[in-house]
Amino acid sequence: MSQSSHKENNTPVIKCESVYKIFGNNALNLLENSKGQVDAKKFQEAGCIVGVNNASFGVAKGEMMVVMGLSGSGKSTLLRCISRLTDATAGKIYIDGEDLLAMNSKQLIELRRNKMGMVFQSFALLPHKTVIENIAFPLQVKGTSTKESMSRALEMVELVGLKGRENYFPRELSGGQQQRVGIARSLAVEPDIWFLDEPFSALDPLIRKEMQDEFLRLQGVLKKTIMFVTHDFDEALRLADRIAIMKDGIIEQLDTPDNIVLNPATEYVKKFTEDVPREKVLKIESIMDPYDSNNSSSNEVSKDAIIETLAESILNSKKILTVIDKNDNNKKVGSLDPSKVIKVIFGR
Amino acid sequence: MTNLIKNNKIYFFIFFFLTFFLFLYGKDIAGLLDAKWIIKYPKHLVFPLAKYLSGFVKWLMDDANFIIFSFRDFTRFIAWIIEIPYNLILALISKGFLSGQGQDAKEILAPLSWMSVIAIIMFMALYTKDKLLVFLVFFAFLYLAIFGQWKSSMVTLSSIVIAVPVGVVIGLFLGILSYKSEILEKIISPVLDLMQTIPVFAYLVPILVMFGFGPVAALIATIIYAMPPMVRTTLLALKNIDPQIKESGLMSGCTKRQLMWRVLIPTSKPTLMIGVNQVIMLSLNMVIIASMIGAGGLGYDVLASLRRLNIGAGIETGVAIVVLAIALDRLSQAFVNIKTERKKINISFLKRYSRIIFLFLFIIIIYFLSTYLPFLKSFPEHLVINTSAFWESLIKYININYFDTLESIKVTLLTYFMLPIKRFLLGVPWPWFVLIISLIGWHYGRLKLAMLCFLLSLFIVFTGLWEKAMVTIYLCGSSVIIASIIGIPLGIWAGISSKANRVLTVIIDTLQTLPSFVYLIPVVMLFRVGDFTAMLAVILYSLAPAVRYTAHGIKNINKEIVDAGLICGCSQRQILLKIKLPLAIPEILLGINQTIMLALSMLVITALVGTRELGQEVYIALTKADIGRGLVAGLCVAFISIIADRIIKSGSDRLKIKYGMK
Ligand SMILES: Nc1ncnc2c1ncn2[C@@H]1O[C@H](COP(=O)(O)OP(=O)(O)O)[C@@H](O)[C@H]1O
Ligand SMILES: [Mg+2]
Repeated sequence: MSQSSHKENNTPVIKCESVYKIFGNNALNLLENSKGQVDAKKFQEAGCIVGVNNASFGVAKGEMMVVMGLSGSGKSTLLRCISRLTDATAGKIYIDGEDLLAMNSKQLIELRRNKMGMVFQSFALLPHKTVIENIAFPLQVKGTSTKESMSRALEMVELVGLKGRENYFPRELSGGQQQRVGIARSLAVEPDIWFLDEPFSALDPLIRKEMQDEFLRLQGVLKKTIMFVTHDFDEALRLADRIAIMKDGIIEQLDTPDNIVLNPATEYVKKFTEDVPREKVLKIESIMDPYDSNNSSSNEVSKDAIIETLAESILNSKKILTVIDKNDNNKKVGSLDPSKVIKVIFGR
Repeated sequence: MTNLIKNNKIYFFIFFFLTFFLFLYGKDIAGLLDAKWIIKYPKHLVFPLAKYLSGFVKWLMDDANFIIFSFRDFTRFIAWIIEIPYNLILALISKGFLSGQGQDAKEILAPLSWMSVIAIIMFMALYTKDKLLVFLVFFAFLYLAIFGQWKSSMVTLSSIVIAVPVGVVIGLFLGILSYKSEILEKIISPVLDLMQTIPVFAYLVPILVMFGFGPVAALIATIIYAMPPMVRTTLLALKNIDPQIKESGLMSGCTKRQLMWRVLIPTSKPTLMIGVNQVIMLSLNMVIIASMIGAGGLGYDVLASLRRLNIGAGIETGVAIVVLAIALDRLSQAFVNIKTERKKINISFLKRYSRIIFLFLFIIIIYFLSTYLPFLKSFPEHLVINTSAFWESLIKYININYFDTLESIKVTLLTYFMLPIKRFLLGVPWPWFVLIISLIGWHYGRLKLAMLCFLLSLFIVFTGLWEKAMVTIYLCGSSVIIASIIGIPLGIWAGISSKANRVLTVIIDTLQTLPSFVYLIPVVMLFRVGDFTAMLAVILYSLAPAVRYTAHGIKNINKEIVDAGLICGCSQRQILLKIKLPLAIPEILLGINQTIMLALSMLVITALVGTRELGQEVYIALTKADIGRGLVAGLCVAFISIIADRIIKSGSDRLKIKYGMK
């Protein structure tokens, strides 16, 4: 890997620096007077609602960041600031190093036409257009020829598994199918950045699970930079590379799923993690001992495997296992005592 | 002040007693104080607003210049723009294309055959996929042809064909503009309020003066009158769009224009179509009324027969209007409910457009055949059925056999119900009345509403129209009381029985689609002219909302509350009286409010049957083309309805808040 490309990988695709979004007429004045120390209660007394409070983070290329929090915690507002559907009250937002808030409306339209896609909770399909017309819509407003946009849209229809339904109207589809259309539409312009605001929250639990699997499959192929909003902690754990937990507009903790479960930063975060079965979140890596060549075996497990998926076979083998790193030529990186697995599952 | 009015009942009685006392002894007190102005506002203090307004318009017409063109050029230009398409349509479906003038005009191109017009209408009905509708419009238009109403109907229809698209487009744009700019919305909204409460006749006066007597002036009046609901519907539809749809458009990379025309407007199309339906029905209503300033067509026929008291012809035309109204309403309703079909791909051009090609072939063939077969050109005279004799003898029969009954009903209601109300309203001194109205405003809406009530009623006083306004309130009030006595029980019935609901809905829907003029015809035939006749027409016209809102209020009560009542052991009767009815009161109040609004708008039209209230004032102004007089009286009617509207709505809101329904 060359030096320069390594560096490029390090510049985050999305970067937020002290982003504030405060609703209300006098928001800017109040914010300036408070010198960055925003107290939601005090602001509320002054007639302002705090949506996002001092958010700073970056999202790397190909990373999936999940924003989690209860309803009203400011997740959508944060997302809408980054897509500039609403203007942040203060702070800096960079997309691929470019200052988002400095863009004029023409640049913004260009950005959305080429780099961004968004999926909505209520699907937000155009009721007067068919499936394929909905999917082709972002291409058509961009000025792509009908023929080209239709063939591209057809590819998308196939990608999300709706082949044969391209001439249906949204009202003729189930919720899950409608959201597939929403996903296909958001991907039609081949964006780099993909925003999803509670895309599966309006669906039944069974369908939701199916859609999550489908989504992971898609991401495995597409490798987009993703900001995914959800109020469902389990969903966040399943999907995320990193999770940002929000409360009252503040990001309480931003970390990998296993770190959040193992080391919740605040009482608030702890409440979410308490009921989470660890084996469902933790990877083998987090409970292995350092590699010891004296105490090894031919039974190997990947360090990135989730404990639950291997629990049965590990417990059956009753022997010490060798942990390997599949990304690094199956290098032996640790050893695993099955008793640790028992401890994770039962000993809390 | 707040504490003072808190104890409602006691104060209500005190005020009522005082009012009654003043009604009885007001005159004596005024005499004692030597202050006659308390009873009658002095003439020399009347603010001559009417004169100023007339003067202003005269200046506009005669002298106003906007650098390169005068106001008169402007009105001529507008008239010209409207006249061209109107003449085109009129020629197409009614008069034919002529060359030359008057007697020696030669027909270049005949108008569409009656069969072709029917075919076009049926084609439109077919487009909505509603088979029943195809039959309905077929029989409706066939009726117009067979019963000799074809020519007039086509004149009326031409006006509608022009007025509706113009009204819809202007309304749509004003709606979009006020959606985009909050300031504009704040300006337009009260103007629309005023436009919808000013009585129709008041529109006609300035337009008559500016555009002269004739179909173009009538068309302009129609457009102005029918447009406001389109503005409102557009604004409402755009505001009610799911914000995520808008955001999805933005994230798809739409420019502002793309967002409006490719996302927002198409998404709100179903709601917009409801607005279009309203524009159509209001246009029909107004086209009939605008016969007074030269619209011609069915309205002119009714007006002429009303003036000659030609019973048969009047009813005959009335029925034709009803038929046309129902056909247009159902047709445009069907367009509201239309669902776009899944597109069939890979079908040939011929197949896709087979119907419209067939229609064109039909029209062309009929056109050429009609040169040889005259019955295709216009419906054969000798087959026309004339019903006016039938109606005439029917009314005669009723009048001969039931005269005594009808007369005694009239006299009883007049002496024991209407006249006492009238005497009471006219007897109470105006300063006291203004005070009471303002206090009521204070009670329901504090300072803001009190000021509104105070200023608007003072306007009526200062323009010297107090007595006439009282007569308006008396006629409107009596009608609303009776309409409520009839309408609310019907509404309750519809609310508890789904069978009754179905039947009543059809009747009420039909009643509401009929142009107001139609209601005058039967009552005049049976009761001749006067206050009683006016009241009956007003009751018929304004009954619908009382029924509809009551039924809605009863039906929409939270079912769990009713279940809770049942568990407590309430009988059905107790459920109705103790649970449903009280909870439905806010909704019923809104129904009465609507009834009042309709009653006021109808009342003005009853000026034709000789009432002596504000409507008469407007009507006289119309006949004398006196703009100021017409506008001032029209504003007074508007203000009465605004006062009533604001007070009742605040009352209903307060109840809703009290019941936790809001
Ligand atoms: N346009 C707005 N005007 C005023 N307050 C808003 C607006 N949008 C969101 N809010 C407030 O900001 C807070 C965060 O909202 P949101 O981001 O939608 O929450 P979430 O998506 O986490 O449920 C809420 O208290 C909400 O009421
Ligand atoms: Mg949200």
